[in-house]
Amino acid sequence: MNPSQPSSSARSALVFAAVMFAAGSAAAADGDASKIARGKYLVTTSGCHDCHTPLHVGQAGPEPDMSRMLSGHPESLVINQPAVLPAGPWNVAAAPTNTAWSGPWGVSFTANLTPDPETGLGKWTLATFTQTIRTGRHMGRGRKVLPPMPIPMYRNFTDEDLAAIFSYLRSIPPIKNRVPEPLPPAAPVASASASAP
Amino acid sequence: MLTKPLLYVCAAALAWNGAAHCEPLPLHLRDTGLYAEGSATQVSPRNLAFAPQYPLWSDGARKRRWIYLPPGTAIDASRPDAWEFPRGTRVWKEFSLDGPVETRFIERLADGTWRYATYIWNDAGTDATLAPADGVAAISKPGSPRDGYAIPAEADCRACHEGAAVPMLGFSALQLSSDRDPLAPHAETHSEIDLEGLVARGLIKNLPRALARPRIEASSPLERAALGYLHGNCGHCHNDNGAPAPVDLKLAQSATAGNAGVDRVLRSMLDAGVRFRAREQGQGARLIAPGHPEASVLIARIRSRNPQTQMPPLGTRVTDAEALALLERWIAEKSAHSESSTP
Repeated sequence: MNPSQPSSSARSALVFAAVMFAAGSAAAADGDASKIARGKYLVTTSGCHDCHTPLHVGQAGPEPDMSRMLSGHPESLVINQPAVLPAGPWNVAAAPTNTAWSGPWGVSFTANLTPDPETGLGKWTLATFTQTIRTGRHMGRGRKVLPPMPIPMYRNFTDEDLAAIFSYLRSIPPIKNRVPEPLPPAAPVASASASAP
Repeated sequence: MLTKPLLYVCAAALAWNGAAHCEPLPLHLRDTGLYAEGSATQVSPRNLAFAPQYPLWSDGARKRRWIYLPPGTAIDASRPDAWEFPRGTRVWKEFSLDGPVETRFIERLADGTWRYATYIWNDAGTDATLAPADGVAAISKPGSPRDGYAIPAEADCRACHEGAAVPMLGFSALQLSSDRDPLAPHAETHSEIDLEGLVARGLIKNLPRALARPRIEASSPLERAALGYLHGNCGHCHNDNGAPAPVDLKLAQSATAGNAGVDRVLRSMLDAGVRFRAREQGQGARLIAPGHPEASVLIARIRSRNPQTQMPPLGTRVTDAEALALLERWIAEKSAHSESSTP
């Protein structure tokens, strides 16, 4: 027997291993696909697009601009001051894109949830994402995540659902869009204040 | 009334860690093991008082701290910057204004996970009861800040404590070193034991011999105190333990790295890319501008108590004026040529 040629039993073993590896990979891929599909379902039924995908005016009126899917407040729409509300029982104002919200907390801008490494969640880990939702703090340990982000509701997602959502968000096209930092309320609450970069 | 917070703590622990512990937290501080049998105020002699040399600023609250290690156990210091605490370790930190306000409690459970709680003192200072897991936005106590005293949520505890290599903040080789920093702001003296004492009593094992008296090897006493303050107040988030912050900044000191560790921290401060802009600083402001504290974002954020911009982002509503003056002086005394070496 040519020592460089595998025996028939060895060939069988190799074929078996290859088949099993392929089956394992397929199972893993199926698992990933299933997880991503679950994440997509949750994202599209839990209102994420409502604020994180900018609205534009289509033929039927305002609709999500899916070319900017989940990329947050467009950096081209510059807002430097909180809204001045009319007289009456008003509390909150929103930009036409539905991505900037002015209220007693100041002005909040919805985050870029795409996997862009510089302006989105590209450098986030599942732990960062999960902790942000659980604690209601930016990256799990920074400033509070601001209204109207429904943290009190989303914090009730299971770990599995949050992992599925994160997997889906990792799978969507990255969009470079630098969302500004929040603006303070009109009446300063401290001596130092911030503005968007 | 306290059943709900207890259930929440269990649920939160399960959600975060997958841990199977749901042993309820005691409803009263006196049942956590802090005090002597039958007492609600007399600390048990089995708990050792300690004081980190670079304490966390908590709006001027005075603090006392105690640790309990189960009999026959010891802390494993094989990893000098990430001590391994025995299962069953308990730590308490009492916060006082004009009287005791709250006592926070951390415990390492049998499965290796940690749990966190705080107990709010009654006005008479005779009893402390378990706080809601969601915290209390503001309670009014004599000596409170203008906006009230905030009791942290359980998630807030995790936000800070679980950003570090080990959740036990303030109990490390550097923090307990006998080589105390005389310029450290808000130094506390309520302590029965330091690093050398722990080693002598066999409560720490595997501590490298070279770490008997660790210190921050800074270029001046002022710099040593400034970096120590940043270590104690900022390093639990701004580190390289895998818990990312928006700024790539390392403020946690290593007990083993010596000069190289200091240089690494200083370099990260000089190189940090910051998006934050205080209005008065304009575009191009840097985290540290040697010689110019007024142009340094670090100063603006430590001074700020705007909830969206302040640093640290939680646990404080009042600027730490003493530390701010220290950091401003440190940056002011730095020269521009620091750029080529260290600030």
